[in-house]
Amino acid sequence: MSRNNVDLRIKEELCKGCRICVEFCPKKVLIMKNEKVKIDDIEKCIKCGLCELRCPDYAIYLGGNDNEKQ
Amino acid sequence: MTSKLIKDYFRTDKLPHIWCPGCGHGIMMRSVAQAIHNLGLDKDKVCIVSGIGCSSRAPGYMDFNTLHTTHGRALAFATGVKLARPELEVMVITGDGDCAAIGGNHLIHAARRNINITTIVFNNNIYGMTGGQYSPTTPTNEFGTTAPYGNIDKSFDIPELAGAAGATYTARGTAYHAKQLTKIVENGIKNKGFSLIEGISICPTYYGRKNRKGSIVDMMNWLKDNALDIKVASKLPEEKVKGKFLIGEFKNVTEPEYTEEYMKIIERFQKER
Ligand SMILES: Cc1ncc(C[n+]2csc(CCOP(=O)(O)OP(=O)(O)O)c2C)c(N)n1
Ligand code: SF4
Ligand code: SF4
Ligand code: SF4
Ligand SMILES: [Mg+2]
Repeated sequence: MSRNNVDLRIKEELCKGCRICVEFCPKKVLIMKNEKVKIDDIEKCIKCGLCELRCPDYAIYLGGNDNEKQ
Repeated sequence: MTSKLIKDYFRTDKLPHIWCPGCGHGIMMRSVAQAIHNLGLDKDKVCIVSGIGCSSRAPGYMDFNTLHTTHGRALAFATGVKLARPELEVMVITGDGDCAAIGGNHLIHAARRNINITTIVFNNNIYGMTGGQYSPTTPTNEFGTTAPYGNIDKSFDIPELAGAAGATYTARGTAYHAKQLTKIVENGIKNKGFSLIEGISICPTYYGRKNRKGSIVDMMNWLKDNALDIKVASKLPEEKVKGKFLIGEFKNVTEPEYTEEYMKIIERFQKER
């Protein structure tokens, strides 16, 4: 998968506010706000996909390109 | 709008799932779907069977042929499915209670037969669904609603139990090590025989609270800090291995598979007729 054509997406309705993605993001891109995940600084995101890998609720993912379906 | 993996392999109309915030089962369910995807299996040729428990609800969300059965009996139903339709890739998703307490007998005999079923145990060291009773994998001295003064029993090592009973593939991963878990599920599916993969999960709601394991993130960090890959462990001095638990592949051998042996007998008698 080409990393250039993907971007970080959040499906807020699915987020249960567990903080796993926030804590284990290697670049500290994410924060919690009102018990939901929020992107703090997208410039720091290296599109590693670790947030997607460990989100128990499939609420955050690298979308676009071939990694997404409407 | 969700990721392609979720859209392709899950019943998205059933999401969000019922699991609590931070429940490790959600992470591991994704790892299982990723493994099936990586192997390029035909969805209609996969059948996922479960028993009863939080863990056993997984197949309800997964878009394959699925069977949600009775507590402890997933392997019995799966054995029936496999013998009736040997061409199917039959998998079981079960819990530590479902597979090692009430279903313990089915587990050892499925392993002994080396029937081609891939079993993935979501082990959270407790009965999550029924409110935190201790299970056969609750560590000694830890707490459950039925062990208010600490659990006296020794805990089972499920991969070791299954391997000793005859499983030809055994391995362990964790909810933290989700990529490694995908890899061992892939290898378990590839094994033509009984495969037992234990995924160490986290249950923040019951196991975590009862045992003061801290936040969801603390529980994930515990997995990160206490799991040791068996390959790495073999190169370390004993004191560095002590107190850790091993992840990775423990057993991978080839032996006659039950369904094939069964079919051979049928063929033999058909020829003689
Ligand atoms: C025959 C029978 N006995 C007991 C129960 C109650 N029961 C439901 S789930 C469960 C334990 C589940 O524990 P586990 O398999 O570890 O799954 P978890 O919820 O922890 O994921 C029990 C005892 C039942 N449903 N059926
Ligand atoms: S893709 Fe990687 S760097 Fe970007 S937010 Fe997710 S975990 Fe952080
Ligand atoms: S891991 Fe998922 S559910 Fe947990 S806070 Fe992040 S987006 Fe929300
Ligand atoms: S009770 Fe425990 S195992 Fe069940 S959904 Fe909640 S956190 Fe997960
Ligand atoms: Mg359990």
